[in-house]
Amino acid sequence: MRRHLLSIDDLDVDDIDTLFATAAEMHDVQRREVKKLPALRGRTVINLFFEDSTRTRSSFEIAGKWLSADTINIAAKGSSASKGESLRDTVLTIAAMGVDALVMRHPASGAALQVSQWVDAAVINAGDGTHEHPTQALLDAYTLRRRLGTLEGQKIAIVGDLTHSRVFRSNVLCLTKLGAEVTVVAPPTLMPSGIGPWSAQAGFATSYDLDEVLPEADAVMMLRVQRERMSGGYFPSPREYTVGYGLTRDRLGVLGPDVPICHPGPMNRGLEIAADAADAAQSAVLDQVSAGVAIRMAVLYHLLAGEES
Amino acid sequence: MCAQPEPDANADVHPEGRTVLDSRDIARALTRIAHEILERNKGAADLVLLGIPSRGVPLARRVGERIRDVEGVDVPVGALDITMYRDDLRRHPARSPHPTQVPPGGIDGKTVVLVDDVLYSGRTVRAALDALNDLGRPDVVRLAVLVDRGHRELPIRADHVGKNLPSARTERVMVRLADTDDVEGVWIG
Repeated sequence: MRRHLLSIDDLDVDDIDTLFATAAEMHDVQRREVKKLPALRGRTVINLFFEDSTRTRSSFEIAGKWLSADTINIAAKGSSASKGESLRDTVLTIAAMGVDALVMRHPASGAALQVSQWVDAAVINAGDGTHEHPTQALLDAYTLRRRLGTLEGQKIAIVGDLTHSRVFRSNVLCLTKLGAEVTVVAPPTLMPSGIGPWSAQAGFATSYDLDEVLPEADAVMMLRVQRERMSGGYFPSPREYTVGYGLTRDRLGVLGPDVPICHPGPMNRGLEIAADAADAAQSAVLDQVSAGVAIRMAVLYHLLAGEES
Repeated sequence: MCAQPEPDANADVHPEGRTVLDSRDIARALTRIAHEILERNKGAADLVLLGIPSRGVPLARRVGERIRDVEGVDVPVGALDITMYRDDLRRHPARSPHPTQVPPGGIDGKTVVLVDDVLYSGRTVRAALDALNDLGRPDVVRLAVLVDRGHRELPIRADHVGKNLPSARTERVMVRLADTDDVEGVWIG
């Protein structure tokens, strides 16, 4: 495994299998009375978040703590970054304290890669702009593999705001790597420009018609419509988005009862996902959250526990 | 666990060196250990056998089968992984953990017998005691090993030993079991 986790492309299929196997053991730890393993005792993990986050940040924090690492959260609001300090100075200051891993979220695509070239610590990308969010993709693939048994040949629909979604980018890379047949669905205004050549090369399909894709799907992944995009002219009204691309109660009826429904959260109930779908027995949303801790434990463990090979 | 590298999948590697135990010797040793455990515990009540992966797990299972043959009682058998508790984690590339399986009845108030293939430095057993501590509080913890090759680095000893094997630190002790490998036996070389 490489020193940093910046993109799903830093991992090969064997690495992903290793992470999933470790995550499965970490999952068992969550059910224990004593949720603590000593593997990262004496290691320090800093969560450096320049964007708001609840689940990713707390998930990394819990993962680090359960592995006995010292974890510290720094949010950009209220930090020296808001006083005008450059990213480089902020990061070098933190690194100078003697940090073993830097978990970073930043609004600029490529920020994690840039930071990894400045510091000795292992850098884990927890979301950079509209680029990637590798641990989210890992936990999604892990959750789906547990539900479906295998991802090989499974038809997976990813639906929503593709243009602004780092979750979608990492997920396409991860799921296709593991042999799934991915179809991404979005209104034309939210389909990334230039997706044609990429989809041809990476081996996934695109569609504008959710009702055509859903009956075939073995799993559905709904993406969040980011509220700040609603006034951007990408779709006429929230209602119209729901009619065309929401997982409504009617569309839920089209899905088989065992077809898992994923959503990276936070959900806009009634917009991209109806409450009936979010709370359905086949919804994997809470599984994703618990898998998130297990996957992040696995990532921290494999990046930090051993000597560099 | 300390005496050999992680088990490799290619079981066609034929062990070299002097044979210490063949499969029948192993069978006899395990039968004796099963009897010793029962004698010491005055029966099978509250016993839990926990094998330390990888080869301790099938050994624990076999001891459990022998106890059933003798007492007619199914003793709970599980696995206790110690990867995360090793004191040399930082010296090697990160290893993937093995499954830990605690039998449904748990270990609180039980007599836990840890089972491993080779007792060497004692560091694996120390790690296992730490791991056990996070899972519950047994009344008694005992240790059964197939081979004790000496060279302890910690104040740890086994309660039940299949074979005491004086060895030099430079020698390699290899245990192969039919469950995990194609061959079965103990070799030193």
